[in-house]
Amino acid sequence: MSPAILLLLAVGLGLAGWIAARSRAWAFKREAAAGERLAALPTYHAWYVALWIIIPMTLFIILWATTSPYLINQSVLASDAAAGLPAVDFQREALLREARAVADGSRPGVFNQDAKVLIEPFREAISRNNLIGILGSLIVGFLGGVWSFLRLKPDFTARTRVEKTVMSILLLASLVAILTTLGIVVSLVFETVRFFGMVSPIDFLFGTHWGPDPMANPENPDPTRYGAIPLFWGTIYIGAIIAMIVAIPLGLMSAIYLTQYASPKLRSWLKPALEILAGVPTVVYGYFAALTVAPFVRDIAVSIGISNASSESALAAGLVMGVMIIPFVSSMADDSIAAVPQAMRDGSLAMGATTSETIKRVLVPAALPGIVAGIMLAISRAIGETMIVVMAAGAAANLSANPLEAMTTVTFQIVAMLTGEGSFDHPATLSAFALGFVLFLVTLGLNFVALRVVKRFREAYE
Amino acid sequence: MVTVIHPNLEKTDAKMNAKDVSVYYGDKMAIDNVSIEIPTKYVTAFIGPSGCGKSTFLRTMNRMNDTIPSARVEGEITLDGEDIYKSKMDVVQLRARVGMVFQKPNPFPKSIYDNIAYGPKIHGIAEGKDELDAIVETSLQRAGLWNEVKDRLADSGTALSGGQQQRLCIARAIAVDPEVILMDEPCSALDPIATAKIEELIADLNGSYAIVIVTHSMQQAARVSQRTAFFHLGKMVEYGRTSDIFTNPLEQRTQDYITGRYG
Repeated sequence: MSPAILLLLAVGLGLAGWIAARSRAWAFKREAAAGERLAALPTYHAWYVALWIIIPMTLFIILWATTSPYLINQSVLASDAAAGLPAVDFQREALLREARAVADGSRPGVFNQDAKVLIEPFREAISRNNLIGILGSLIVGFLGGVWSFLRLKPDFTARTRVEKTVMSILLLASLVAILTTLGIVVSLVFETVRFFGMVSPIDFLFGTHWGPDPMANPENPDPTRYGAIPLFWGTIYIGAIIAMIVAIPLGLMSAIYLTQYASPKLRSWLKPALEILAGVPTVVYGYFAALTVAPFVRDIAVSIGISNASSESALAAGLVMGVMIIPFVSSMADDSIAAVPQAMRDGSLAMGATTSETIKRVLVPAALPGIVAGIMLAISRAIGETMIVVMAAGAAANLSANPLEAMTTVTFQIVAMLTGEGSFDHPATLSAFALGFVLFLVTLGLNFVALRVVKRFREAYE
Repeated sequence: MVTVIHPNLEKTDAKMNAKDVSVYYGDKMAIDNVSIEIPTKYVTAFIGPSGCGKSTFLRTMNRMNDTIPSARVEGEITLDGEDIYKSKMDVVQLRARVGMVFQKPNPFPKSIYDNIAYGPKIHGIAEGKDELDAIVETSLQRAGLWNEVKDRLADSGTALSGGQQQRLCIARAIAVDPEVILMDEPCSALDPIATAKIEELIADLNGSYAIVIVTHSMQQAARVSQRTAFFHLGKMVEYGRTSDIFTNPLEQRTQDYITGRYG
């Protein structure tokens, strides 16, 4: 008996309750004196009863489905047949698993003869458990249905109660996202603390040499190989400096062109075209960076006399990342420029300012908070970006200001450390969590500030 | 049908002259064949019910309708005899000479000082900081705002009250020393006290600039203007001295409007 069938049962019972409650409510309506009205439409009465059936049943089924494997095992272990089982945990588990698989029909026969005696107890336990599931959920649904049905009265405010239930379901849905974020943070923090137990945070945050050795003795890591400064620098240099040098002017100018100069027809073409850029998978940008831009950058470097130019460079990765970020900058800038009231623009034009003077002196300053927020969101997107740097920036942790040199970033090293050869509890692997945690804090900070700025900006014209 | 011009209307110097002006939004005619002379030394009021085209006509006088792509203007409007719709006309220069104040106060989100200094800066009127300071002070004084804001010129213009904002916008328009000031229902977003101050200000400015004011309020037109044009359904129905229009309208529709029968 799978939970899905029980859930179907819940829906069916709910439907029955719905129909019953609806006809009851219609009966109230017929009996009511002329001119009197029910406190809620019959449909709301119907939904009220249906929800009282479906929600308790669903909760019961979830509880039943999550506890039943454990309960079945316990009852089998308590039976006489289990007396001869080996005492070693994993052997016993294997036998139990096997017997259980045969009992519920997902395996044709046993491999280990010792498991055979357990099949019958399992069959019994499973059928008993199924009975509990069906009866239990029916009882819960029935009680919920009867209780709620008895509450129906002509003046019963079913409508507000249904409203409250809907609200709590929606709240639950939004909590899922928040709780997931919390879960991510907790797991990150947990592993990060483990890492900092092996390598001191000071060595990690301020060391200038990065080269964890996953083969080294995990008991005694060399802290001088865990200095993350080159990674932070590479991340900032590629994501926040080179990429922004490309993205900010191009994004801003395209936003200005789109809002102020483009005809509506052209705008209706250009804006979606620009937004398609945001939809290109970053791995595709990665190809482009690695196969087209990086060799091009190297050739240019060679042609101007830099002989040792690398084919992997921070410049190539940063340029492509900048192009990738343009839609983020331009769509935020576009929105905030468009949000500057027309009156402001008219006022400036009526003073005899040209369109470009109006943009430079009135529109951009007025839209600045929104533009800045867009840039910050773009930076947080850029420093979290992985694929482009994986493919174009290289893996060498260089602490250098030369854009033609290969560099690496936090995200790249997270990938490298997690997919590396070290065991999971090796400090080299755990360093990925510490890096991820730092990255998380930085982007969280940037997003937080950006949202605050946007909020203040929104209030300005209301 | 032709506009009725009051026989009492004496000839004065015309600052602007509109001849057979029609305005279209796409295929829709918004202004039908309007001709009017805007006198140099007086306040001219455009009155009429909503949607009669008075604001549209006002916006043709400094070519603000250019910002609406579907708008098209026919006929001729001259400023000191020069056609403002000729192809060689510098719209930027025109708008410096014909300033505008809008229905809703629209100070820039800059300091009070920068709001006033905006025009002089872009037109290169002031040479040096001292001259700019002087322009800011005189403009604010003429707009009757100086005493209220002289200690906080660095504060944002948007932090002022509605009435102060509107006077700031008038000061801003004055700062580039225009010849004509167009006012598009400048008091419709203001309370009665702020309105009274603006009206006082218009009376003070009268004589220095040719002023054209669009208003919904007939009392306001009667108080501040010397010339009144009554618009209805895109046509200019009647034009004359304000006192004549309000005491002795020649057209039935004007009579109906000013006695409050519609509008």
